[in-house]
Amino acid sequence: MPEPILDIRGLDAHYGDFQALYGLNLTLAPGEVLAIIGSNGAGKTTLLRSISGLMSNGAAQIRYRGTPIGALRADQVASLGIALVPEGRQLFPSLSVEENLLIGGRVKRAGPWSLSKVYELFPILQDRRHQASTSLSGGQQQMVAIGRALMANPDLILFDEISLGLAPIIIRDIYAALPGIVGGGMSAVIVEQDISKALSVSSRVYCLQEGRVSLEGDSATVSRDDISRAYFGIA
Amino acid sequence: MDWVNAVIQGALLGGLYALFAAGLSLIFGVMRLVNIAHGDLIVMAAYLGLTTSVALGVHPLLALVLVIPMMAAIGYVLQRGILNHTLGDDLLPPLLVTFGLSVIIQNVLLEGYSADPQKMNGGALETASVSVGSLSLGLLPILTFVVAVGVIAGLQWMFYHTALGRSFRAVSDNQDIAQLMGLNKRHIFGLAMALALAVTAIGGIFLGIRTSFDPSIGGGRLIFGFEAVIIGGLGNLWGTLAGGVILGVAQTVGAKIDPGWQILAGHIVFLLILAVRPNGLFPRVSA
Ligand SMILES: Nc1ncnc2c1ncn2[C@@H]1O[C@H](COP(=O)(O)OP(=O)(O)OP(=O)(O)O)[C@@H](O)[C@H]1O
Ligand SMILES: [Mg+2]
Repeated sequence: MPEPILDIRGLDAHYGDFQALYGLNLTLAPGEVLAIIGSNGAGKTTLLRSISGLMSNGAAQIRYRGTPIGALRADQVASLGIALVPEGRQLFPSLSVEENLLIGGRVKRAGPWSLSKVYELFPILQDRRHQASTSLSGGQQQMVAIGRALMANPDLILFDEISLGLAPIIIRDIYAALPGIVGGGMSAVIVEQDISKALSVSSRVYCLQEGRVSLEGDSATVSRDDISRAYFGIA
Repeated sequence: MDWVNAVIQGALLGGLYALFAAGLSLIFGVMRLVNIAHGDLIVMAAYLGLTTSVALGVHPLLALVLVIPMMAAIGYVLQRGILNHTLGDDLLPPLLVTFGLSVIIQNVLLEGYSADPQKMNGGALETASVSVGSLSLGLLPILTFVVAVGVIAGLQWMFYHTALGRSFRAVSDNQDIAQLMGLNKRHIFGLAMALALAVTAIGGIFLGIRTSFDPSIGGGRLIFGFEAVIIGGLGNLWGTLAGGVILGVAQTVGAKIDPGWQILAGHIVFLLILAVRPNGLFPRVSA
């Protein structure tokens, strides 16, 4: 196995007195697509916030290409090549669609993604590029959020529930775009409530439960029973 | 004709108030910081202008070439060294710290320059005037107003057409997500304060050419700037200019009725507008 691009060992995360993650371990190989599932409040978003630097953790608890990044700020992590598509999209309301994309490209990393590539992936955004980002439909906003993350040309992209609140047909469109994104060798962590969606796009899956890994397996072979047990904690 | 004159003089005075207000508006917009020391920083800029122009024997407006970068540097260091540490969910710490800063600046100026009123020598600019019909308008107020319009237009352009402005708006919208874009908010806040104090430098020097000043007048300038921002509507730079003009006109018209009424008339108009339009006349339309 090649050296992991992301290596998480004994990750703890806290919100004040409340502990949200307990000694979590997780590895991701370069180019791999990993799915994270788990019920509400399991700690999925907390995990992605920790990786992306929005939460500060013990430095050595998260290693990226061997470098400890657990204690870095989000802007420092971003410049190393990790991008987050946050839960709930979180576009900048004062910025137009195109400005949201441009600011994503601010870290100026070299790579295949550019404004025109993002418009190629999501043509509708080009027509809407001067509109306020808030005037778009939920699905289009999600496309902007994904495009904004791609503009940084990350080596590792983190998706937090990109299908949340979207109509099935829109979800299908967005997932149809995924191979075009990760096919280029980008590594990805996909947090997803829809288990069959999660399994179909990933090679390995982790299930979180109350801040701990309750299951780790190959997406192709993991059994539904094991998942339900890991998901709901039925022993 | 006297009344028309009062209104026009007031409108031009509004340019000066807009210069006081623009920096306040900018930093409140970007980082939700209410800078109580803003007026004292204006006065400090006036003293820096005085010292520079006297030491180098140059016109105060030429001293701007040095005072603008000085104030900008002070702004960046002040923000990164002190103010950034006060920002958070609680609005009180920045208020208290900038209040303390206001007291410190006043005392330092008092030590360095004494309480005696000082004035910058604007030379012929102070008395030059242009006749418009039967009105005679001072060149200095006109120049102040033109510069204020230029500054507001420049800030507006920077905000909506440059990468820096985009970063300011992004950080203002959502600090966490902006950090994800590789923006270090501490640095961005430092740049915003630098820009705000660069504008303050211009306001301070025009103030110091127009009237005499002493270390204690910062509070009044803060209030005028603050009123201009609120009248115009938070987060709207052109509104801030309009707010300054309204305040200036209220003051000169008030003074025309009774010289003792100048300041009071401004405050009354401010309160009336606040009562009728609590968000100011031109609040930024939230997207
Ligand atoms: N800002 C916060 N302050 C305090 N507790 C928090 C905060 N954010 C999350 N938590 C708690 O941390 C735990 C993990 O939350 P997290 O958002 O990571 O879960 P999640 O798996 O992403 O859930 P969901 O599927 O609902 O998005 C939950 O118990 C949640 O209540
Ligand atoms: Mg979540």
